[in-house]
Amino acid sequence: MPRHKAAPAATTLIENVSIGPVTADDLVHVTKLDARITGTAKPDYWNRLFEGAKADPPTQVFLVAKCEARLIGFIVGEIRAWEFGSAPCGWIFAITVEPDARLASIGSRLFDAVCARFRDAGVTKVRTMIARDSQLILSFFRSQGMMAGPFVELEKDLDE
Amino acid sequence: MKLQIATRHALFAILELASQPDRQMSAAEIADKYELSPNHLAKVLRTLGRAGMVEASRGVGGGYRFCGNAKRLNLLDIIAIFEPIGPTAAGAREAGDDTREGQALRQVLNEIEDSTRATLSSITVDTMLKLVRRTPAEGATQRKAAGAR
Repeated sequence: MPRHKAAPAATTLIENVSIGPVTADDLVHVTKLDARITGTAKPDYWNRLFEGAKADPPTQVFLVAKCEARLIGFIVGEIRAWEFGSAPCGWIFAITVEPDARLASIGSRLFDAVCARFRDAGVTKVRTMIARDSQLILSFFRSQGMMAGPFVELEKDLDE
Repeated sequence: MKLQIATRHALFAILELASQPDRQMSAAEIADKYELSPNHLAKVLRTLGRAGMVEASRGVGGGYRFCGNAKRLNLLDIIAIFEPIGPTAAGAREAGDDTREGQALRQVLNEIEDSTRATLSSITVDTMLKLVRRTPAEGATQRKAAGAR
């Protein structure tokens, strides 16, 4: 039976956490944190998202959570219009929280912060896409009130 | 998708108990709210107790209490105690399975089952309680529908 026993009391990290835009100095920590969680280092990818957020902050959002100067999480999103026939909406591409800082609402604060940016930019809908077997991250977005949307993701192996 | 009666009893019991985790509730109290058979619910609660999701205390003022982690326990964890949720292929071979048509049909059914499992396993008890709070009460829904006519 997976993880149904009561967890130890969540840390009270939340009061010491600040959320703000990513800086160039944060990128190495973002890359390391992501690589530890996903097993793949993608410095160029994070750098490209950083440059995008720097160039167009109203529509490209890259925020980090820090606790006493230590980076403990980040979220990346962007407002896109008319792709797949959709009216402008906010997309969340990535969210990660340090495993030892989870269950302290850091992810929720990052999610709320990016949604606030989207709202300020005038969009009323937020979307994301998650692998079906990523149960933890799916649960996180569900806990934020996200439900299945009207689109179906389809794919095909090109060597068929 | 239709859930078995025992599964629905279990889900209602867990949601009711988890909504007031500091309170002990009797099977009769829960059965009354959801119009369930108290005897059937008592059996289901014993099963949930063996699974470590609820605790029972006997005597005056006794009853059941939720003892899981509402942010980690998900709907699939609860449902899987009472009924299988795909893949149906596990061990049970069906006529036509070995044909290309049978395999193609299996692919489509697997897609549906994978999606069902992903949905159920991503919704925790805590998320369900949030959904419940956002859902208008039945009377309010009916009044709204009547007002719209």
